[in-house]
Amino acid sequence: MLELKFDKTKCADCKAVSCLVKCQYMHFDRDTARTEWQKVVNGEDSQVLHDCATCYSCEEYCPFGNHPFYLIVERQEEKGILPAPRPITTMWINQCQPIGRFTVGKVEEKAMSFCFLPQFGILAGGKLFEDIAWSSIFGQEFFCNAVYLHFARMSVIRDRLPKVIENIAKQGIKELVCLHDECYGTFTSLAPAYGIELPFKPVHYYEHLYDKLKELKDEIQPLNVKVAYFRNCSARLIPETDHFVDDIFGLIGVDRVQREYDHENALCCAELIRVSKGPEMADDVQKRNLDDMLKAGAEYCVFNCPGCWDSMVEKVVKTGIKPIHMIDLCKLAIGEEQALTPPEPALEV
Amino acid sequence: MSDIYATLQEIVGKDYVSNQAEERYFYGRDPGLMPPHEPDYVVMPRTTEEVQEIIRLANKEKVAVVPKGAGLSLTGLVIPQIGGIVMDMKRMEGIEVNEAGRYVIVEGGVTHAALKSHLQKNYPHLRHSIPDSPPIATIVANAVIHGQGRLTQQRGFNSDMVSGLEVVLPTGEVCRIGSCAVSSYWFSKGPPMPDLSGLFLGWFGTTGVITRLGMKLYPCKKMRDVMLYITDRAELIPDIIRKLSHTEMMEDIVVSCAPLPLRFKGVFNMLVYITGDSEEELEFKRKMAWDALREYFESRDGGFMGVSPYMKPSLLAMPSKDTTRFADVSKGGGFEYSGPIAPIEKYPQYVKKLEELASKYNLFYSSAARVIDGGHSMMFSFSYTFNRADPDTMNRAKTALDEAAEFALDEGGVIWKPNLNEQRMVMERMDPNTLKLLGKIKQLLDPNGIMNPGNWEAK
Ligand SMILES: Cc1cc2nc3c(=O)[nH]c(=O)nc-3n(C[C@H](O)[C@H](O)[C@H](O)COP(=O)(O)OP(=O)(O)OC[C@H]3O[C@@H](n4cnc5c(N)ncnc54)[C@H](O)[C@@H]3O)c2cc1C
Repeated sequence: MLELKFDKTKCADCKAVSCLVKCQYMHFDRDTARTEWQKVVNGEDSQVLHDCATCYSCEEYCPFGNHPFYLIVERQEEKGILPAPRPITTMWINQCQPIGRFTVGKVEEKAMSFCFLPQFGILAGGKLFEDIAWSSIFGQEFFCNAVYLHFARMSVIRDRLPKVIENIAKQGIKELVCLHDECYGTFTSLAPAYGIELPFKPVHYYEHLYDKLKELKDEIQPLNVKVAYFRNCSARLIPETDHFVDDIFGLIGVDRVQREYDHENALCCAELIRVSKGPEMADDVQKRNLDDMLKAGAEYCVFNCPGCWDSMVEKVVKTGIKPIHMIDLCKLAIGEEQALTPPEPALEV
Repeated sequence: MSDIYATLQEIVGKDYVSNQAEERYFYGRDPGLMPPHEPDYVVMPRTTEEVQEIIRLANKEKVAVVPKGAGLSLTGLVIPQIGGIVMDMKRMEGIEVNEAGRYVIVEGGVTHAALKSHLQKNYPHLRHSIPDSPPIATIVANAVIHGQGRLTQQRGFNSDMVSGLEVVLPTGEVCRIGSCAVSSYWFSKGPPMPDLSGLFLGWFGTTGVITRLGMKLYPCKKMRDVMLYITDRAELIPDIIRKLSHTEMMEDIVVSCAPLPLRFKGVFNMLVYITGDSEEELEFKRKMAWDALREYFESRDGGFMGVSPYMKPSLLAMPSKDTTRFADVSKGGGFEYSGPIAPIEKYPQYVKKLEELASKYNLFYSSAARVIDGGHSMMFSFSYTFNRADPDTMNRAKTALDEAAEFALDEGGVIWKPNLNEQRMVMERMDPNTLKLLGKIKQLLDPNGIMNPGNWEAK
């Protein structure tokens, strides 16, 4: 049985309790944070287990890499606490069940994973993917399963992740460019936290984009636009990739606006907050984020995760800011077109 | 050439009558499970006068007449049980809107698609209640079988929205029913007079041919949206429906369940539709829906899921294409449902039976239940798919549907658009005096028994 590598002593010695003190959704002073966190560590019931918005951020806040969020998820499951309604949890578990239905391209040692997100089929084209486009995998069998962190179902991840890794390895893949950064987070944060070894090397697609843009340097026309960067929950598992955002923006002449809710202080898309905590909190989070982008003078809102895109795209459009996925932003800079576009308003009357 | 054939040619013109094998084959069946039976003639009248003449001829020759819209009611209602004439109504396609009075007068063959596009083009602020049947389904036939559409949750059966009729009686006279009998306005199918529309709606063409029908139109709001609510407890669904319909703000509520795709497994999906003239109005209604179900959100028994904006066009489409897609899930194009109109409180029992029968007869199933008239009842479909090239699955589906119908009746429901066997079941349980009345009415209106014989035959 896979077990979380968690070191109690690190938390016992921790003065800052940043995991809870920095939390954007639960508000604790340091003393209460310490008390509540110790309850979590000791396997007792705590307000944290009930109020956690499952934004993953404490994984980034913990200076010791001690996986506070994974511990919260473990404890929630042990205690039968449901962050989201039970049927929605069931629906998620069922819909991504591996059932032997997947799509693989002409897979080579270096391949791309579209996870289980069809949007990547739309995005991953053009010159940025010209030397890898055919080498792709997609489907439940390759789905990273990290989403179950939102549903207190670490057991599902523990159960499915080793098989997912095996499925990827079986394709003969040695290097996997993860287009969903949740996959990259799963392979480089979650898997090691449970002692799962990887028989291939995961590569974040930002690194791929950065390398390709350098190759295509002569074709880049600086975009000279101000953008708000939309950080997603899984970025909290892999903060070490955040520098690529600035590196890429530097190459394509994009100004990442200074705003309150970016970097460590980012707000999530709140769609799972809507599902688990209700619309009031979700609306508030989304509104604050959008107001902040407007205030900072952003012309574009740049997305990393298709899930955030789906939940925010229409709201972003309404503010007058243009939504765009990071891949598409890079495409614009080399004279290609935006592939993933906002939906037409669905008004069938 | 027979006299009947020649006379039909004289009435409608030679292009619009046939006794050829191809047409007889096609008009002898429907997409459901009832055995086929071919007509002797197929005729396509254009006017009320032509309908009248055909009916007079049928009386003289004592041949049967079966009016047919798109033939999509699935339960064999347009299969000519003893041959005779199938009267295909599709050439009667006139549409006349009274904008101020918010109604439309359609001729007997106007399809839902035709009316929808006519309104969108010419009266975008008005709409009618569109069922989820394929778009070629006709408005008159849908009212004749008491169909349900997008406005049924708010306004009742589509037949409740009828505002007048022009009927050719089985003996050939043309009759106007409702306000149009005394006025040039078609605003009411009966009140304040005796409501005679009940002599024709629900009778499957056995009491006359409706050549024109008034249908109420309703405000078409500028915006629509759909919310997706999920629960895994069938026993909560009646209360969830009660709470949602209590808001009086939902356009439509449809509960579905199926074992596949996987996201449907083990849960019930409720599509809750709302409309509004502004984003604020929609937002208010979303909030009302959330508030109505807060209790189940807190107990974690149910919740609203986010709906991807890319999924919305297909969920908002009218008609919904999903039902039609489901209809071919077993390939081979076979699909039929028994759709009792039933008390909402019976939802859990019906679901249990649906699953039981699917497993007993090894069939793929689904169900969609539409709330009727603010929560007074629901249409609960026991839907099974089959492959037409495989008689064994067809038999199993038929047996399952027969058992479902029997069960639905035992549990207080009444079968909707029943096939011949189901009509028998209904009549067996009917109050004997009511049954007698049914027979008397039928005998009075159709003394020669020429109209869609076999249906509603109260023996
Ligand atoms: C995939 C699918 C989804 C469906 N979803 C729905 C739904 O959401 N709601 C719903 O209500 N139904 C639904 N149905 C059932 C059915 O298709 C519709 O009710 C449809 O409107 C029936 O119209 P029709 O023209 O096909 O009728 P037909 O089958 O042609 O006729 C029905 C009855 O009306 C009689 N009739 C026809 N025209 C006249 C006339 N002019 N005068 C007198 N009698 C006449 C016929 O003799 C017959 O008895 C669905 C069917 C399918 C296949």
